[in-house]
Formats: sequence, C-alpha cells, structure tokens
Amino acid sequence: MKYVTEFRDGALAAGLAGAIARAVEPGRDYAFMEFCGGHTHAISRHGVADLLPASVRLIHGPGCPVCVLPVGRVDMAIRLALARPEVILCTYADCLRVPASDGLSLLKAKARGADVRMVYSAADALALALARREPAREVVFFAIGFETTTPPTALVIRQAAAENLRNFSVICNHVLTPPAIDALLSPPADGTPRPRLDGILGPAHVSVVIGSAPYDFVATRHRTPVVITGFEPLDVLQAVRMLVRQVNQGRAEVENEYTRAVTPAGNRKAQALMAEVLEVRARFAWRGLGELPASALRIRPAFAAWDAEAKFGLEDRPVPDHKSCECAAILCGAKGPTDCRLFGTVCTPATPMGACMVSSEGACAAHYNYGRFRDRALVL
Amino acid sequence: MSSTTPPYTRPLELRHGHVDLGHGAGGRAMNQLIAELFVRAFDNPALARGDDGAVLPAPAAGERLVMATDGHVVSPLFFPGGDIGSLAVHGTVNDLAVMGARPLWLAAGFILEEGFPLAELARIVASMAAAARAAGVQIVTGDTKVVEQGKGDGVFITTTGVGALPAGRDPGGARARPGDAVLVSGTLGDHGMAILAQRESLAFESQIVSDSAAVNGLVEALYAAVPADAIRVLRDPTRGGLASTVNEIAAQSGVGIELDEAAIPVAPQVLAACELLGLDPLNIANEGKLVVVCAARFAEAALAALRAHPRGAAAARIGQVIDDPRRFVQLRTVLGGRRMVDWLAAEQLPRIC
Repeated sequence: MKYVTEFRDGALAAGLAGAIARAVEPGRDYAFMEFCGGHTHAISRHGVADLLPASVRLIHGPGCPVCVLPVGRVDMAIRLALARPEVILCTYADCLRVPASDGLSLLKAKARGADVRMVYSAADALALALARREPAREVVFFAIGFETTTPPTALVIRQAAAENLRNFSVICNHVLTPPAIDALLSPPADGTPRPRLDGILGPAHVSVVIGSAPYDFVATRHRTPVVITGFEPLDVLQAVRMLVRQVNQGRAEVENEYTRAVTPAGNRKAQALMAEVLEVRARFAWRGLGELPASALRIRPAFAAWDAEAKFGLEDRPVPDHKSCECAAILCGAKGPTDCRLFGTVCTPATPMGACMVSSEGACAAHYNYGRFRDRALVL
Repeated sequence: MSSTTPPYTRPLELRHGHVDLGHGAGGRAMNQLIAELFVRAFDNPALARGDDGAVLPAPAAGERLVMATDGHVVSPLFFPGGDIGSLAVHGTVNDLAVMGARPLWLAAGFILEEGFPLAELARIVASMAAAARAAGVQIVTGDTKVVEQGKGDGVFITTTGVGALPAGRDPGGARARPGDAVLVSGTLGDHGMAILAQRESLAFESQIVSDSAAVNGLVEALYAAVPADAIRVLRDPTRGGLASTVNEIAAQSGVGIELDEAAIPVAPQVLAACELLGLDPLNIANEGKLVVVCAARFAEAALAALRAHPRGAAAARIGQVIDDPRRFVQLRTVLGGRRMVDWLAAEQLPRIC
C-alpha cells in the first residue's frame, strides 16, 4: 500500500541497520530517547530494536498524551459526568480506560450511568452538540493531546463561538512538547535521577504543526542532537543513523529526517488558530515530570462560554500516583517497565494501574503487548 | 350449513407494517408472523409441522453430535456483505464446522423490538434462509419474543445448531504440537472493518465488504485432502481476530506459536483503514475465515485444498507451532524484527456480531 509498505521494507531496513552497525564506534554507548509515544509504538510493533547494535539503546519518552495526563484531570471529568445527567462527556478512546480515583475510569463511570461517549475527532464532538440543539443536553469534549490534536480543538471552539452554540464546551488538557523536552534535559527540582541522553528522536506529527525551529534550544542550550523523524520504522532507523553520526562528529544540531511533512516554520495557519483561541497556562502538573511552567494550554477568556472548567466551575484537585507505580520514573526514562513491581502482575493492559499501561503508546503497554517475550523472568 | 373456512385474517402487512407487542404474545398475531414469514422462508418439514420442537433423525452409526450456540447483536443490522440474519446462520454453522462437524440443523430465537419495520424483518429472514440453504442446514425450530420500544435495538437473534461429527475427526484447541504448521483461509479483518466503516461517520473511498460466510465447505475440502488426524486444530477467528485465536490455541495446547507477518494476508483497503484508525488487522474480527493447525507434513496439501475452494483463494501458510512453556505468540515482522502478538486487552469495537 502506497506510503505505508514503502516505509516498512525489510531489505531497506537491513541496509540501514548495516549502515548503523558500521557507524557506531567501538567502546561507545548511544542512548537516544524517542520522545513520542507514536515512535514507542512503531519501534515495538515492528521490532526496530532488533535491528540495532547492542550499543544503541532507545529510551521511551513521555510523549504519550494519556500517560502524562494527571489523574486529577480525569477525576474532574468523571465528577462532572456523574453529577450532571444532562452532560454528554465525549473523548478519545484512549482516555476512557485511564484509571482515576476511587477505582473509577470514564468507562466505569459510564457503567454507573454517566453518558460517556467515544469520539474519533473534535469535529465529531461538535457534530453531536449541533445535532442535539436542545439546551437540555450539554456536550462536553474532554480534549487531550500535544500540538497535533490542539488545532482541531481550537477549531471546534471557534466554530461553536461563531454559531453561538451554547450547549458545547471543552475541558482543555492540551500540553506543549518543547517545555517537556526542556524538563527532561534539565536537572530535576526534586532530585529524581534523569537518564543520560545522547540524542532525541524528535516528534513527527507535532513537528508538522510547530515546525523544527522550536527545538533549536535543545541543540544550543542543552548541547543535545535532535533528529525529527516520521512514525514509520524506516524513518526511525534513518534517524538513529543520523543521530549516531552527530554524536560521532561531536555535533549537536536539529536535523529533519521527516522532510516530506515537516518544515522549519511548521503550519502557520494551525499556529494562528491555536493562538487565537488558546493561551499558555502559568503551570500544569505532568505525570512523571511534575509541575512545569508554561507547559500547557487553556481556553482564552474571550471564549469562556465554551470553557467547561469556567462554565461548570470545575475544580482540579491533584491526586498522588499509586505508591508502587513507577510511571513517573518510566515517563522520564529513568526506569524501564520491568523495573516496576506492578508490571505484568497487578498492572496489565486489561487492568491498568498506571497510565503507561493504558495507552497503546505508553512504554509499559508497548513492552507488555509486544516485548515481554524477551524478559528473562516469566511474565505470563 | 356449518362452514369449515377459518375466519378471515388480513395478511401480514410486510411492506409497511411494524412489529407490535402482539407478535410475541402467543396469540393469533404471533402465529400469523410465524406462518407467513418464518415457516414460508425457512421452508422445511420439521418446522412446517408447527409443533413445539423439531423431530430429527438420529445420526449415522459411529457419528457423534456436536451442539453450539451463538447470540447476535450486531449494529448496524445491515452492512456491506451481510446482515444480522446471514451472520446469525454463519456464526453457529462455523462454530459447528470448526469442531469438524457437518452442520445439519439450526434453532433460531428472535428478540424483536416493538415498532421494528416488518419489511426489514422480512429482509433479515430471507437472508437467513438464503444463508442456511447455501450452508446446507435447515432452520427447524424457533422462538419469537417482542420487547417494548427502547428495550431492544431492532432485532437480536440467537441461533443454536446441531451437527454430525464423522468418526475419526477430532480437532481441538489442545492438540497443537511443536512443528505443526499454521494456515489461514484468506484475508484478515474484513468483517470488523466493514462494520466499523459503516458506523459513526467513517467513510472510506473504497467500500470494505464483510467476509461473513459459512466455512463448512472449506472444512470438508480439508478433510477430503488430508488424513483426519493431521488436522489438529480448526478455529474461526471472530471477535479478537487472529491474535486471540492463536493465543487461545497456544494456551490450550501449552505451546508457543511463531507467525510470519509477511505471509499474513490482509486486503489493502483493510490495511489502509487500520493504519488510519491505529488498529491492528490481527485484532480485527472475521466471520468467514478458518485458522488451521495441521501436521507440517500435510501443510502443503491442506493449503492446496483451501486454495482450490472458492472461499480459500487467498489462503496462506502463516506460521508454525514452537516449543515455549510460556505459551507466547511471536511475530517475525516484515521489517526483520520480532514482537509478541498478545490477546486483545479490551473491547476494540462493541457489537460487531
């Protein structure tokens, strides 16, 4: 199939793998983080790590929107959906099973009578509100994601405002990529160890929107190489080869492997749309990375009528993670899934305890679903 | 002069009428629905007797009986390549067929929602009758209930089937042994993606058609081609797709299974839709496919038999059974790496069958 099978070709992959094996310098270790969950999933699903030499290690990053979403935000949505029968709470499929407080999740809230629905896009949520133009039902869209899914959220808010659609609002949980990368490469405030990173595999879809320029600080300030790369396995292999080359040559630059979609400036129209409707929050609590300044977006006061947090007076009460859950350390690459005592025992994709096990893009779910046959300890 | 002519009853309003509570109440309306719709469409002597059950001949000497049941709640009721009626026949026929049995008879239970158009019910019943004829089974008894509006979703159909298992045939999930070959009778994921594409507002350029069909013909072709004992396991990979089916086999047999991604047939439009939605074709349901585990020595003969059948043209040898006490299913990826193929963790898509 065009644009898919070309980027999964076994012969080309073997060629790239050979080039990487020849490029790595003896006695040198290469630790690269793939920031995005999309990359984590592609690497696991296609067995990319099997094609890399032992000295090249890929560390899973925090770029999984569901994984970094704090429990308090999900609690907020559940409280709203349970307390107000007029609310139809809609969100992406991945969010439905995120474990929240009191043993609940949005899916379990649905079983208790809340009207929770899965949508494929922000536009589907808006369509739901348009279709039931009865003021008795309130459609609330629980919006999550990095810069990739943010423009569609901004667009539906602007459309709702243009039509003065009063039964539609959004809980905005959108987060920003560059501040998270900055946090990963900076000494942490609380002293939790961060892994050494020799390079970053930069986001694919996020970079289509924001461009490659916003990562310049990674190269200049943190002296760490970045290669923006597509989500197909050949993209990942080519990017690893480019990172190895940068490390060998002592360079730290932002390079773009994903030239078929990413430009330095990105999609200016999408950026303008986000800026019109959304503004940067002073701070936002990330699972794993803690509170980060200027790292998330909220709806501008001009659009307050479509901001569910303002409309329903929602309160964000922070909730600590499960004591034994290592999601926080796993999300910043300090630990691997099998370092967690809960992994594969009480925490599985069917009964996730932590967020990394919920989304298929989470490091734990990826390892459980695709990689655990490699583990020496028997995890059945 | 006394008359023997029954009082006049207006024929069932099949074009514009609707199901009402009377159609399930046991009285004249229900009898009329059964006589004018079900008995006419399913057309066989056992049903035509109009008694509370079907009287059926005993199986031939040496044969055993196999019984299976399957409930159907698919939404939408009509989809490209089938409808709830044909699906209800195929579901149970296939459960019998993968036991190695020759499906013979079905019982059908209908739960109808008040207000459901009789024209649509007639379409579903006609489709069931056609599917039963094609599969060589008779629908010999049934039941009809009607629930109030809002308490059902149009139609739910449960079918129960009985088949005859010829002597010597004994396929079972626990019989896979290291070295055995794994075959599949055609492309994967067609049914699940056809349903998904019909739902919500998802529209793809090329229509995806469900593979809903009876597999008993394929099963008979297999047994005609290779010794019965060489066929270790037969399964129809419905909900959970191939991934769940091979994991079931690995778990039941206490073995590992190794699949070759490059050999697994998936239609291009199904692959494209899966890519778009982030789904894995190995997890998507099928309704007319057969997974076969057979002795390696007979794998090519079995494959040739499947391919010679009209429903098995795209059949492929996709992997082998390996020794692994952990009972893991592994996949050699097209890229040249390896990964696990796990059970489907959560419901990917409710109400697909």
